[in-house]
Amino acid sequence: MPDFSILFAALLNGLTQGAVYALIALGLTLIYGVLHIINFAHGAALMLALYAVYFLYTRLGIDPYLALPLITAGMFALGYLLQRFIIGRASHGRDENILLVTLGLAIVMENLALFVFRSDTRTIETPYAFATVEIAGALIGIPKLAALAGAIVVTAGLYILMVRTDLGRAIRALAKERQGARLVGIDVEHVLAMSFGIGLACVGAAASFLMPSYYVNPTVGSGFVLIAFTVVVLGGMGSFVGALAGGFIVGIAESLGGLYGMALGLGENLGQLAIFVLFIAVLLIRPQGLFGARA
Amino acid sequence: MSRPVSNRRRTFLNQGAALAAAAAASSLGLPRVAGAQVPTIKLGVLHPVTGALSYSGQLCRLGAKIAIDEINAAGGIKALSGAQFEPIYADTPNPQAGTSEIEKLNEQGAAAVIGAYASAICLATTQAAAKHNLPHLVDVGVADQIVERGLKNVFRFGPGYRKITEDAVKFLQTMNISAGNPAKTVMIIHEESLFGTGTANLLAQELPKLNFDVKEVIKHANPTRDFANIVLRIKTVNPDIVIPANYYNEYALLVRTMRQQAVRPMAIFSVLGGAASSFKFVGEFPDIANGILDVNHWYNPKSKDALALRGKVDAMKDQFFTYEVFLNYETVYLLADAIERAKSAKREAIVDALGASTWDRHFMPYGPTRFVNGQNTGAQPMMMQVRNKDISVVLPSAYAESAPVFPWKG
Amino acid sequence: MTLARDLVVAGAITAAIAAVPLVVTSGAVLNAVILTLYAALLGQAWNILGGFGGQFSFGHAVFFGTGAYTATILQLRFGMNAWAALVCAVAAGACVGALIGALAFRYGLKGSYFALVTLAFAEVFRILATTFTFTGAGVGLMLPLAESAAALQFTTKAGYLYLILALVVVGFALHIWLKHSRFGAWLTAVRDNEMSAAALGVDVIRVKQGAILLSAALMAAGGVFYVQYLHYIDPAIAYGPAVSVEALLGPLVGGMGTVFGPLLGAVALHLLSESMRNLLGDAPGLSLALYGIVLIVMVRYLPSGLMGLFDWRRRS
Repeated sequence: MPDFSILFAALLNGLTQGAVYALIALGLTLIYGVLHIINFAHGAALMLALYAVYFLYTRLGIDPYLALPLITAGMFALGYLLQRFIIGRASHGRDENILLVTLGLAIVMENLALFVFRSDTRTIETPYAFATVEIAGALIGIPKLAALAGAIVVTAGLYILMVRTDLGRAIRALAKERQGARLVGIDVEHVLAMSFGIGLACVGAAASFLMPSYYVNPTVGSGFVLIAFTVVVLGGMGSFVGALAGGFIVGIAESLGGLYGMALGLGENLGQLAIFVLFIAVLLIRPQGLFGARA
Repeated sequence: MSRPVSNRRRTFLNQGAALAAAAAASSLGLPRVAGAQVPTIKLGVLHPVTGALSYSGQLCRLGAKIAIDEINAAGGIKALSGAQFEPIYADTPNPQAGTSEIEKLNEQGAAAVIGAYASAICLATTQAAAKHNLPHLVDVGVADQIVERGLKNVFRFGPGYRKITEDAVKFLQTMNISAGNPAKTVMIIHEESLFGTGTANLLAQELPKLNFDVKEVIKHANPTRDFANIVLRIKTVNPDIVIPANYYNEYALLVRTMRQQAVRPMAIFSVLGGAASSFKFVGEFPDIANGILDVNHWYNPKSKDALALRGKVDAMKDQFFTYEVFLNYETVYLLADAIERAKSAKREAIVDALGASTWDRHFMPYGPTRFVNGQNTGAQPMMMQVRNKDISVVLPSAYAESAPVFPWKG
Repeated sequence: MTLARDLVVAGAITAAIAAVPLVVTSGAVLNAVILTLYAALLGQAWNILGGFGGQFSFGHAVFFGTGAYTATILQLRFGMNAWAALVCAVAAGACVGALIGALAFRYGLKGSYFALVTLAFAEVFRILATTFTFTGAGVGLMLPLAESAAALQFTTKAGYLYLILALVVVGFALHIWLKHSRFGAWLTAVRDNEMSAAALGVDVIRVKQGAILLSAALMAAGGVFYVQYLHYIDPAIAYGPAVSVEALLGPLVGGMGTVFGPLLGAVALHLLSESMRNLLGDAPGLSLALYGIVLIVMVRYLPSGLMGLFDWRRRS
């Protein structure tokens, strides 16, 4: 049995990795959880944002964390335009068509990236990339800690947006009752586009926090899509705090599962299995997730 | 009629002539004389240039293309009156596509096929090609099954992973003995698909016979998002040597994480390490890469031809001289040699010529080729070590540029 | 529209495809037809549950992989005859379908929840397949060449074509039966309005279970065909998202819940990808990007899929 310090380190690893998952899932919580748009292009959007971080750093020398406002603004614009002019128009509001359109978008984005940026993996090396902080014997990388802080801040920001602003109220109204929202004068297309934009803006923030310790190539997004959906469902559709908690839970489950798996000689797979078994269990037993309201 | 004008006109004419000459040169391969066509030899070049393997696939295609262009520019296949290679490039990101492309190549009258980098795809393409007795040269695909199915049309110039792993074990022992046997324990980290699992299984089998204690074998997925826990495990187990066998992205992430977590074993000894013998990785992370050992496909460092090709590739923007490039390059030349000896572009003749091949005008450490059941028995990997942003061969001694530095105190 | 018309059209299509090997000798064309029919089969399987039943699955690969692995393992490790292995594989697929259905439907999962749970199951199976040496772990399993009809492998492409055509015909039969039978009526009623259907006395869970059973069985057959044709299976191929996406694209593009939608969609998508590749083959990524754009445009203008074209003509 692994001793406490190893367990603690694994827990911290899970927490910080979970923060990354939460960041990526926060945008999806809005898009899927609130708007019920199954966004197959979420991973591809993350990939584009990672490229943006890469180029801002290598061409203009802008540190990923400083680039955050730029990236989120850019991704917001992309999301708004995509929803307003492509997804919204093409799907005629039907769920299966939205699916097909976002799938098509994912294919387009991935392959345009392949064509324009080519297939090489790109990495950046920031001065703090290998700096660590020691917490009770565990070494945690600075980028991971930044991601943890970032996840909490973004969650808080989204929460405030939804509860305290008019836009947030409009989004919630729309999510509950679309026709009704239209009747009370809410510009549905605009609000949908704003929501999608905010969703992708969160993905942009995630990219800023992820890039220093990871890498980017055209297919990098696909590894995160499933996890993102898992976190959204686990946390509770439409709950940002839920997504944060869900991210932590997924990260820790993966980490501890992997630890025990390795101790048992099964490799890291136990961790991966743990995530999906957890996912299935939540769907069956508590489909509204941990923090969602009963539908 | 004043001098400046005639000067200008002469310059213009010179430039025009130069342009025309260039146009003529680039139209090599097109009929020189109307009605009397220079025959071409259709060569299928199949690689996964889209999808997850696209980086390697594109490097493979580059290597093949350079060789094809060189051969054509040098006058094509002399035994067939200067017949030029006509490459047919196709994208095969999965076995289904591989099978489809082979069928198309068969109908387009391809004389031979080179490809398809990934073992799973090669299994499908070689099988499909066998039905038409289409000579299929395997560029990389290290799975041993590829050449163990009794298919007469399949030829692999480079080594399979059994040979690579056996040699890796020998190299490790040699190196350890020379250093006074400081290393006793190893830990293997491998990717979960065919190449990683096969390599790890063989290592786990052979290393104990040489008194190495394989403390743990850890399998990970493709892609793996984070190596913090695996590195934590490495820290716990604390092996003398860490042996990674995975693809580029995971390899790079693993060793970066090891550096971050201050995990420094006596050696990082990779077998078919994804990034270890990559000039791209070495260039991007010189500190981390320094000292890493890798048993992998490599060229004879003393060969002028190899260095010339390396210079050519280095001069290209964003290209790196990797095994994908030079294995494909040499495989094309292997084929050209076979066609020259066969004096024919017919499939059966090429198959026979390849079977009897003793080609040695290559820059790999293989000696003259000798195919037994489609496997070039002379093929072998070498062990390289990264030293100060360069990669040098350290074993076998016949090709070594320097001795391995082990244990690494970096 | 009527049973007779559907039977005639299905019969005509089958006859036309059956005649292809008699007229065409090109291996490339036959291979293309085979792969298109294979895609159509996967689409038909998906369509039973998704199109007729309204239960969208994103993880249909879970049935595909079960069929493929079962057939391979039975032949490889137990020396079973290929035809018997096919039957067992289809049964295995149906069992997995029953299992997933039992869990998902009894717990009342619908819509996107159901879709995601199927995705999760596919991933679980994929990870399990990677873990155990029984399934070859990450290395996968290779079916040795044994070119005889007895081994469900054929020396000629025509043999494979007739095999996949036979499976597609089974698919047609199931579709036509669903369209004109009482069970099918219950199924579409559940799809259109589950609550009303229940109020009218339809045993909703039983009906959904039946649909997933049939859907899984047909999908497993597709898995068996894949391994008999391409001789190699690994966890990524068997349970990965590529197969799941391939299964749902056809019906989505061709027309969900229709008899001929999956075939139509498979043909359209195949032609699309071929023409994109011919147009822009050499630059990696460009042809696929264009494929994605055409897909989006198709959805924009044909929201009911290609079969929708036929409806408009009739209406006007």
